[in-house]
Amino acid sequence: MRYAMVIDTLKCVGCSDCVVACQTENNIPHGYCRDWITEAVSGSYPNVELELRSERCNHCDTAPCVRCCPTGASHIAEGGVVLVTADECIGCGACIESCPYDARYQHPDGHVDKCTFCYHRLEKGQLPACVSVCPTRCMYFGDLDNPNSQVSQLLKNRKYKTLAPEAGTNPHVFYLI
Amino acid sequence: MQEELFTSGRNIPNIDPSLEVWHWPIALYLFLGGLAAGILFFAALFYVLGKDKEYPAAVKKASIIPPIALSLGLLALVYDLTHPLYTWQLFTTFRIESPMSWGAWVLMIVTPLSFLWTFGYYRETYANIESKLKLFTRLKFLHDVEMFVIKNRKKIAYALIPLSLILGVYTGILLSAFNARPLWNNAILGPLFLTSGLSTGAAAIILLSKSAKEKHLFGKIDLGLIIVELALIAHMIMGYYAGSQVQLEAVELLVGGEFTLMFFGFVVLLGLLVPATMELIELVGYKVPVIVPAVLVIIGGLVFRFVMIEAGQLTRYLY
Repeated sequence: MRYAMVIDTLKCVGCSDCVVACQTENNIPHGYCRDWITEAVSGSYPNVELELRSERCNHCDTAPCVRCCPTGASHIAEGGVVLVTADECIGCGACIESCPYDARYQHPDGHVDKCTFCYHRLEKGQLPACVSVCPTRCMYFGDLDNPNSQVSQLLKNRKYKTLAPEAGTNPHVFYLI
Repeated sequence: MQEELFTSGRNIPNIDPSLEVWHWPIALYLFLGGLAAGILFFAALFYVLGKDKEYPAAVKKASIIPPIALSLGLLALVYDLTHPLYTWQLFTTFRIESPMSWGAWVLMIVTPLSFLWTFGYYRETYANIESKLKLFTRLKFLHDVEMFVIKNRKKIAYALIPLSLILGVYTGILLSAFNARPLWNNAILGPLFLTSGLSTGAAAIILLSKSAKEKHLFGKIDLGLIIVELALIAHMIMGYYAGSQVQLEAVELLVGGEFTLMFFGFVVLLGLLVPATMELIELVGYKVPVIVPAVLVIIGGLVFRFVMIEAGQLTRYLY
């Protein structure tokens, strides 16, 4: 079992529905978010390209946040999901400093918080909140170890990229391009 | 690929637009940890060499600083935690991959040892304070503690030599282990912070010493350490220029960017080159008030930690 998320940048319109769904589902305090929309403009006028991405924790295989955590609060759960145990976290911020994606933040309660791939929903067989609400259905979620899963098939047939692969983190959120 | 990024719907405190997760307490702690490591290293080394009578400030008098510096540093560290009531979780596990876990455990061992070390010389060096406080007449068990320290002083010294070096190196490795902050991700930071810590330690010993011979020797040691530190800084800068795009952008902060004055003015010029020149002039035989280079070295060391903490958090990966 290896959970992965595949996001089709050609379908995403940047509506931020995923952001709001996450904030609602996970009761995120006001002013914070576990996922966000990035609009990347490349090239120079008139030859410019716009890419819209819904970004979040990449649930890396070689997660620097898990490596540098001094207490083991940051850990990799079943299915490769990177999680934080709130009452083991001392709030030292080492994991935040170590994340190339700035995907973590200090929760007002003190502990560090981040995307969980909606682990509590996965346990019930449901999709992450962001995936389930996407109006353009540009987000896919599934098991990468299963070669017949939708995510495996998409990565087999489509061109894709991951974010900052040069950081050596082996991310598991894939962007179709 | 050079892109222009707009992130919508995100303005998280301390994360956007750039990280501000580690504040002044961390910089202060890195300085105090390095200072304590330097003094403890010299104290233990000169004791093992049998030079405790010859260099009393290094072995005895200055050893009052490490327990105070480490206690203040630990307070600063805990103050910067956002979940401080869970600090004890650090000591329920040892994570070999995490520099911070190493640091927590090394501090756990070095801090009590530093208290024991200075306590062993308390009655001898600070007799006037003891005559007022009369701690030993009020608390009888202190005699047993003192006896224990005096009996085991050699063992403590042999433990302190490697432990103080690990403490000094760790203050740099703590930063260099973060791949995501290109300014920190430079393996030379460990030796550089250790050298800087030893140098500030030597400077503190000069400040407390009353013997001309001791001041002279530690002036020489400090001069050597400053030369090594300058070489390591040159290596650090070269390393960035030989690095990838993210490191080229990181070094711009120090060379030409907003930290240029702080780094080259206060750290390199006032904190290293000026004191080195003054110590060299003193070495040749001219009279120089050694207090001036010693204070400059200490201030330079402090500014260096602040520059690295603040500038490092402005650097990140591009994607």
